[in-house]
This record gives sequence, structure tokens and C-alpha cells, in this order.
Amino acid sequence: MPCIEAHGLRKAYGTTIALDGIDLSIEEGRILGLIGPNGAGKTTALNAILGLTSYQGELKVLGRDPWTERDQLMCDVCFIADVAVLPRWMRVSQALDYVAGVHPRFDRAKAEGFLARTAIKRHSKVRQLSKGMVTQLHLALVMAIDAKLLVLDEPTLGLDILYRKQFYDSLLNDYFDRSRTIVVTTHQVEEIQHILTDLMFINRGHIVLNCSMEEFESRYLEVMVNPEHVPAARALKPIHERQVFGRSILLFDRADRHQLATLGDVRTPGIADLFVAVMGDQPGAAQGAAI
Amino acid sequence: MNTQSNGMPKTPPGSATTPSVVQTRPMYWSIRRELWENRSIYIAPLVIAGVVLIGFLIATIGRALAMVDPEQKIAVLAERNHFAASVLVAAAFVVGAFYCLDALHGERRDRSILFWKSLPVSDLTTVLSKASIPLVILPLITFAIVIATQLTMFLLSSAAMLISGLSGTAPAPSSLQQPLILLYSLAVIALWHAPIYGWLLLVSSWARRAVFLWAVLPVIAVSILERVAFSTSYVPKMIGHRLVGFRAEAFAGSSHDVIDSLTQLTPGNFLSAPGLWIGLAVAAVFLFAAVRMRRYREPI
Repeated sequence: MPCIEAHGLRKAYGTTIALDGIDLSIEEGRILGLIGPNGAGKTTALNAILGLTSYQGELKVLGRDPWTERDQLMCDVCFIADVAVLPRWMRVSQALDYVAGVHPRFDRAKAEGFLARTAIKRHSKVRQLSKGMVTQLHLALVMAIDAKLLVLDEPTLGLDILYRKQFYDSLLNDYFDRSRTIVVTTHQVEEIQHILTDLMFINRGHIVLNCSMEEFESRYLEVMVNPEHVPAARALKPIHERQVFGRSILLFDRADRHQLATLGDVRTPGIADLFVAVMGDQPGAAQGAAI
Repeated sequence: MNTQSNGMPKTPPGSATTPSVVQTRPMYWSIRRELWENRSIYIAPLVIAGVVLIGFLIATIGRALAMVDPEQKIAVLAERNHFAASVLVAAAFVVGAFYCLDALHGERRDRSILFWKSLPVSDLTTVLSKASIPLVILPLITFAIVIATQLTMFLLSSAAMLISGLSGTAPAPSSLQQPLILLYSLAVIALWHAPIYGWLLLVSSWARRAVFLWAVLPVIAVSILERVAFSTSYVPKMIGHRLVGFRAEAFAGSSHDVIDSLTQLTPGNFLSAPGLWIGLAVAAVFLFAAVRMRRYREPI
């Protein structure tokens, strides 16, 4: 059974359509990157999955209806929302006490172990911690929960590069075990490219691209074309072309690797470059994305 | 602690929560959480009790020394007991009202609602835990503080009398009747005020800003409308009845009488008062609406 399954998922805020009847099915054990420009509907989709917003259409998360069964669903689902949402008045020890008191799958010793690796003091209040430390604390709480699905909505927003790297490293090394499912949205797509197993582009409430990373790697190729071969390369109908330091980089969908190799250096494109290629022709759509 | 490791065979998601790994107590921890966040729940009554005691100390020493007639002395000291209790009960109402106004608004304002909602605690548990603060926790705290204050005053006045040469015959606060009357009064007031707290919680769960104004202005607006349109004042009377009407229902005698005997309590009358049950039904509706609201509302 898929971890998340949606049919015709739709959500409108007044006249603004945030989700326009999307279908998706996310299998267990995947790490899905949900990528889209600001206002594309990513957060709305995640909020629907987490039971934070009402929706039309059909949606099952771990076999449950998130809107009516949020509290039971949260035994098996964890999430870290886009910005630090830990209450600022709370002490670290209180956060541990509280989560241990209400969550049946929380392993306090494990959380203490994660915290021991940080500089976070047990009696500090959340408001006294730096933004990076608050994220570390939240991650420690979440990773100590034996959940089936972890949802991360811009978990590293506003963190410096060291914390960001550490965040994804701990997630992969200490948490992910191939039976859990992780859904992550971020604008820092390059940083998560190597950890994803699946990729989904979403724009204006529609799913624009949905593929596994193996498919992504075999399907899309980027060629830094030698100047003399540019007309020949263009004849092969690249989906996108850009100039870097006077050289043309062409992005191909389902092209013959050997043929491309004769034109220049072939490599797997970055998600950001594919994103620009897929969305870039829509004015304003790629704004703020993939940077 | 967490014995269900990853090595365990997969249970179907539907039944995943039934073999509860650790016994959790969401209600208990939700209430403790409220006390962590809102320390005014116990600090405000403590401060007021402290002020009462300082005032009492000044009065005891001053008057006990000035007055010669022992009877008069005892009367002056006794009066303070009732005053201390009434002030603390009134303070509990104010603290409870302001707590309710912020209870479901603050968590949306600071976005922490996203954290609370990421945990397996239902909206019902959350709203009930918040409602229990003015309905259960504050009355209990008030009870403890009033008793402690009266006991302290008793000791102080005994000491004062001893110093001024009287034998220790200060009015004893804890002739078992006093705590019983206090407990009864606190329960009566909490039940009678339940719809007020329910209303404040509902507004708190709904309003995006200016919670206090949203809670109060509609009542004032309706009162004005009624007055101008029909020249009547049923709404203000109803509000007044809701604020102090418990006095007539739950106690015998006029509202100026000091309650110092169990015979003045009329629990049968109170429990059969329609005002009580209508009020509780309205409170239940308000709380239910607040539960629904909390599900729909997003961070501000």
C-alpha cells in the first residue's frame, strides 16, 4: 500500500486555486523532493497530507484520512514546518518531557543522545537558542520518534551552510532506514539532489514532473557543447539552452548518450537546471525557485 | 522505552496505534504545558495574597495596639478573612478570563500551533485542557492560596494578640466549615461562569487580532441596539446575572450577608436552577465550536 495516495486533490483559497486536482502516489521507503516556485502549492499539499488544511478530493496517508484523523495519524507521522515553530517560552527539558508524555513512539534516550552531540543545554529556553540550534532541537525530537512518514517543509530555511549539511547528514545516517518515507520541500535543491529517490515538480497547483531519480538520471542529459557543434546539437531539439562563460549548455530529454558525447561533455543535469528548463518559459514561474 | 523497533514485522497502518508502546497521558501533559506557559495562573494569586498579607500585617499591628476593647479587636480581625477570600476569588476570575482570551490565539500568533498539531494530541484534548484551567485548576489553586493566606493571618493575629496582652482567641479560619464553604463557593462560581470562559475560548480560537475587543464589543453592541430599538435592557441584565447571579441561587440570604455557616449554602436550589444548566449547555456549545475552530484555523 502506498504511504500517501491522492486522487483529484483540490484546494482553493477564494478564487486562488492552490491545488488543481492532483493525483499522486508515494510508496513506502522513498525520499521525495517536492520542488516548485513560491506559491506553487507545495505547502498546501503538505498541509493537506498533515491534516492541517481541508481539501476536496481523495487523500489517504498511511490508510487514514488526515483531516478527520489527524491526532491518530500523528502517531506515525512527523513534520517540521517551514520555520521554527517550537514555542519560544519552552525549556529544552520541558520539550522532552512533553513529547515523551504525549507521544507513544518517542524514545527519550535517543533524543537525549542526539542533543548530547550539540551545544544545547537542557535548561535553556527555546528563545535563548540560535536558529540553527532550534532546528537541531526539533530534529532531535523528531528523529527520536519511530514514525513511518516524515514531512519536512523548508526545514533548513535561514540556516547557514554548516547546519544545512549537518541536518541532511543526520537525517540520512541516523534516521532514514529504507522503511520510512520522507517528503521534503526546499529551494536549496542542489543540496538534496544526492539524497532523493524521487522527484516531483509542482507548479500552479499541477504536478509538472514526477519521476524517480534513476529515471531522472537516465532521461535527462546536459551537454556542454563545443562551439563548432552548436548547430548540430540544436538540431537534436534540446529542451533548454543556456550560456555559461560563452559556452552553450543544452539540456536534452531522452536523447542518445553516445550521440551527445560526440558534441561535447555529457553529464547529469542538476535538479535546479532541469527545473529552470521545465518551468522557465512561464513568466514569473521560476522566480525564487531553484536558487 | 520504545520497544517496537524497526525490526518488528510491519503492522498495517490502521492497527499501528493499538499496541500502544508507551502509556501516554495527553490530557495531563497538556495541562502541565499550560502551567509552564502561563505562570500567571499561580503567580498572580500569590502576589495578591502577598499584598493582602502585608496590608493585614499593617492593620493588625496598628489596630490591635490602638483598640482597647477585645471584642472589637476580634471583629476587626475576622472581617479580613472574608475580604482576603473574596479578593482572591475575584482575582481568579480575572486571571482565568485573560488566560482564555490568549489560550487559542497565542499559539496561532507564534505559529507554535504547527508544533502542537504535529503531535498525537487531538483538538478536543487541547481545548478541554485549556478549558480546565479556569474551570478546575484555578479554583484549586485559589482554594490552596486562600487557605494558606487565612492560616497565615490567623497566626499573625494570634501573635499580635499575644503581644498586646490578650489570650490567643483570634478568630480561627479553619473551623472545618470555612474550607468547605470556600470549596463550595469556588465550584459554584466555576460552573456558573463556564459559559463566559467558553465564549472567551471560542473568540480566542476565531479572532485574528484584538481578541478582547471581539469578545466584549458584540455584547456592548447588542446591548446598545436593544436599548435604542426597544428601550429595554435584557441583555445587560442577562450578562449581569451571569456574572453574579450564582449568589442568589447557591446561597441563602441577601447578597450583603457574610457567608460563615454551612446552613447558608443551598446546593439543592443551585443544582435545580435552570440558569446553571442553560449556562453549562451554552458552554458546551462554545467549547465544541472552539474545537472545530482549532481544526480549521491556521497560524496567523
